[in-house]
Amino acid sequence: MGGKVLGLNCPPVTESTSRVPVAEARRGYLRMAVERYDAIVVGAGPAGSAAALTMARAGVKVLVIERGDFAGAKNVMGGVLYSRQLADLFPAWPKDVPVERPVTRQEMWLLDESGSALRVGHQSARWGEGPPHMAYTVLRSRFDRWFAAQAEAAGALLVTETVVEDLLKEGDRVVGVRTGRPDGDVFADVVILADGVNSILAPKAGLRPEWPPEKVALAVKEIIVLPREKIEDRFNLEDGQGATIELVGDATRGTFGMGWIYTNRDSISLGIGSILADFVKLQLKPYDILEHMKAHPAVRKLVQGGEPKEYMAHLIPEGGFESLPRVYGDGYLMVGDTAGLVNVIHREGSNLAMKSGELAGQAVVEAKERGDFSSRALRRYHERLAESFILQDLKKYRRVPEFLNRHRELFTTYPALLNRVVTELFTVDGKSIKEKEAWLVGEVRREVGGWGSLARLGWEAYRAFVR
Amino acid sequence: MTAVAAATRPAPSEPQAAEGPGPEVKEVKIEDKLYLNRWLADEESHLIVMDQGICLTRCGESHSYACTIFCPASVYKFEGNMISVMYEGCLECGACRLGCPYRNIEWHFPRGGYGVTYKFG
Repeated sequence: MGGKVLGLNCPPVTESTSRVPVAEARRGYLRMAVERYDAIVVGAGPAGSAAALTMARAGVKVLVIERGDFAGAKNVMGGVLYSRQLADLFPAWPKDVPVERPVTRQEMWLLDESGSALRVGHQSARWGEGPPHMAYTVLRSRFDRWFAAQAEAAGALLVTETVVEDLLKEGDRVVGVRTGRPDGDVFADVVILADGVNSILAPKAGLRPEWPPEKVALAVKEIIVLPREKIEDRFNLEDGQGATIELVGDATRGTFGMGWIYTNRDSISLGIGSILADFVKLQLKPYDILEHMKAHPAVRKLVQGGEPKEYMAHLIPEGGFESLPRVYGDGYLMVGDTAGLVNVIHREGSNLAMKSGELAGQAVVEAKERGDFSSRALRRYHERLAESFILQDLKKYRRVPEFLNRHRELFTTYPALLNRVVTELFTVDGKSIKEKEAWLVGEVRREVGGWGSLARLGWEAYRAFVR
Repeated sequence: MTAVAAATRPAPSEPQAAEGPGPEVKEVKIEDKLYLNRWLADEESHLIVMDQGICLTRCGESHSYACTIFCPASVYKFEGNMISVMYEGCLECGACRLGCPYRNIEWHFPRGGYGVTYKFG
């Protein structure tokens, strides 16, 4: 016996699909819920599911609306997931979290056009401890599906294959959503916008501006399947270990961005992401840059013989603190990518999404207790966000996006310079060290504009990152 | 849902040489990449170029048809004096929504259940 939501027949409610007792569900819990919910969550990514889970656990009646076939069907990331914010939601780490490999080694490679690579990295014993390990590589289609199922198990109702086209408003107050289904209006006390970087709802309702192409990155990625032993051999890993490599310089062919190679269990996630405006500026196609990176001598042996299995693309909001919208208002909250909660420097996004979802969920629970879903009551979410590491970190780095944009040479010509310098200094060719030093000074003067410019760059970097 | 859904995939091109000798870039066949994915294409496009005149007279000169460069699925091609839209292979990233220099693309999500479905993500 099922219910009807948005004109859809829901599968029969069983103990395994709902935390609401079956008997109660059969008495009409679902049908009652059809008309009106306490909260509607738009989008079943990490932010939306974290919010739904938090609210459902506290007895809030939640409807989650997802446009994909299933939660995760449309979702993409690099993909490293930091576990702490998930562990905050699951103090007893669930055995069935679909993670790929713990990240036990992180590297940064600076590539140049000639085929050289300067590598720095760190292997931490502590990162090998778990579960939960500090970070995992994940595949979002699998992870998001699992995560949404946890919210469902806690009592949230998930409706898939449904696009939310508009917010319903009474005056300035958000009172529900209009979906693409016939008779598709649904009402709630609060709507949580978790519709992601491509939120059409937020700009349409005037809740935040559209981001300009200078403030978003476009990333493309491939899944390349390789036998497990090959991955472990090529990346020098043991069973239960994983590596991440970030690549700058020739990896993105002068566009302002980065490449990455992450090890999954039986596959490799490989991609590049650069500021959207740069592809046009430099007349480069994203997939050509991707192939260029794959062909670099430092990279090509890693993926050689692998079988590409999927090709994806996604945007990343990179405006940082200065681009943050107001994340709350009468009857609505904004979480995750929708609000632009991404820490580019530390590669954090999905964990910020989950934490913001949790904090938004808590704010809704409190609002429900007081029966007040006004902007003033929901401001509590913003306060929690500001108290947390999320806004503290983004605020600390508020000057970084602009600094990096002003110093693109850090991503373009400097990696090549560093490779030349290291090659020259460590080449034994009969030249004296003194001669090599003189050459080095000349190179720095030519590329950087002398030691004064370098010192100025250091000072600006200090101001952007530290102060 | 009334539309007849057709699973469409761009045809793969001829297989290429397996291993290139050096770092020089082979010409990438986007069709080979798109062929890996699973789609359920709707009958109508969710992407609409609003004014082809803008593409022709303004974008071509100043941006070499921006969407034909940045679209990661090469949905947009300049053919026969207009931009054609092969929405069936759209990865739904939103690059054209924000990246069109003239905001000349009307962008919707595909209807519920349609479009790309990622297996790995």
